[in-house]
Amino acid sequence: MAIAIVDYGMGNLHSVSKAVERLGGEALVTGDRSEIMGADGIILPGVGAYGDAMEHLRASGLNGVMQDAAAAGKPLLGICLGMQLLFSSSEEHGNHEGLGLLPGRVIRFAEGDYKVPHMGWNRLEFLRKDDPLLAGLEEGHVYFVHSYHVLPETKTDLLAVTDYGQKVTAIVGRGSVYGMQFHPEKSGELGMDLLGRFLSLCGAGVRK
Amino acid sequence: MLAKRIIPCLDVKDGRVVKGVNFENLRDAGDPVELAALYDREGADELVFLDISASVEGRQTMVEVVRQTAGEIAIPFTVGGGISKVDDMTRILRAGADKIGINTAAVTNPQLIADGARRFGSQCIVVAVDAKFNGAWGEWEVYTHGGRKASGIRALEWVKQAEKLGAGEILLTSMDADGTKDGFDLPLTAAVADAIRIPVIASGGAGTKDDFVDVFTKGKADAGLAATIFHYKEISIPELKLDLKQKGVEIR
Repeated sequence: MAIAIVDYGMGNLHSVSKAVERLGGEALVTGDRSEIMGADGIILPGVGAYGDAMEHLRASGLNGVMQDAAAAGKPLLGICLGMQLLFSSSEEHGNHEGLGLLPGRVIRFAEGDYKVPHMGWNRLEFLRKDDPLLAGLEEGHVYFVHSYHVLPETKTDLLAVTDYGQKVTAIVGRGSVYGMQFHPEKSGELGMDLLGRFLSLCGAGVRK
Repeated sequence: MLAKRIIPCLDVKDGRVVKGVNFENLRDAGDPVELAALYDREGADELVFLDISASVEGRQTMVEVVRQTAGEIAIPFTVGGGISKVDDMTRILRAGADKIGINTAAVTNPQLIADGARRFGSQCIVVAVDAKFNGAWGEWEVYTHGGRKASGIRALEWVKQAEKLGAGEILLTSMDADGTKDGFDLPLTAAVADAIRIPVIASGGAGTKDDFVDVFTKGKADAGLAATIFHYKEISIPELKLDLKQKGVEIR
């Protein structure tokens, strides 16, 4: 099973691709349209600024590839900034249009009693335990690093949250499109379990 | 609420773990990658590698260790030791490390904190502070060069400056407590935690499981770091985490 890890010049893809390999998948780090469309599933990683990331995606035409892949029902997982890119827009350093695969916007954590960035191990609370990504897994801690968070417009897109002074979007999913705000590849056993679930969804084909 | 973190620290010289490691279930106790993978399996929340190589070749070897480690473990890790330029940071982060630890270089050139934070984000920059109580001042002084040189800088002032410059975390080692196994330096740790808003990793002095309870409660630390007590299995990480959980500390 080949998983395309989208290379668009943002961040280190080494840890994600190694994690996929440890789970028995073939990791294909690529920015090539036909390789991405030919893969069994797609991971959109991302570290850095939202505006830069969208610019890189547009410059290489990969925004269209992500939209086509999602429309074709190919399993797609956005990680960290990659999850935020799935949504309509972000207010990170100005206003930026996202990929628009899921409705919602990305906003900054309000400065308050809680430190920004939200960095460290925080506990997942599953809202849709029956989703194939989560079914049978136990809630636990995963590793977050982010200063902005997602407000999904559609409540049913929200699969899991974490508590950081407020309920923070941790996992989203609709059809074959998924997003994880935390880093599953840095989140110990639970992270690897979740990544493994995504891989099996890729193997199992499109979820109806 | 964030979980408190347990962090084993590995000293690496020319690609090998130094300071004894006493694990029966390792093929090669000196292999940093194998030891890192073992700590990951045991439930460590993060790892710190301190590169104490003195040569250019040793530093190069560390980059390879980082690359291999990143492929083997599923927890974040920090690499420190001998990093004095943004280019050094780039090399280590590209190889797969999550964070960079800087110590002496940050004291001699504080701008390095700001440059690193601007380039990679604050979450990547860990400022390591070696502090020792100065009786004449009635407070703690920063030491550099592996604890050999007094800097004349007050630790509480320095951590505030580091935070302002963009440090994401402070790795605080008490030179008074280090190696004693009498417990973490609670007054120092609490004073630093009260002075800043960024997380504090307490290091030096851990000898018992209760020492960790104390540093997370009285010491107000976000993470506890230790080396030999983990390497020699004086405290096992699963037992330590179970104990902390039972005592009401939020733990993964």
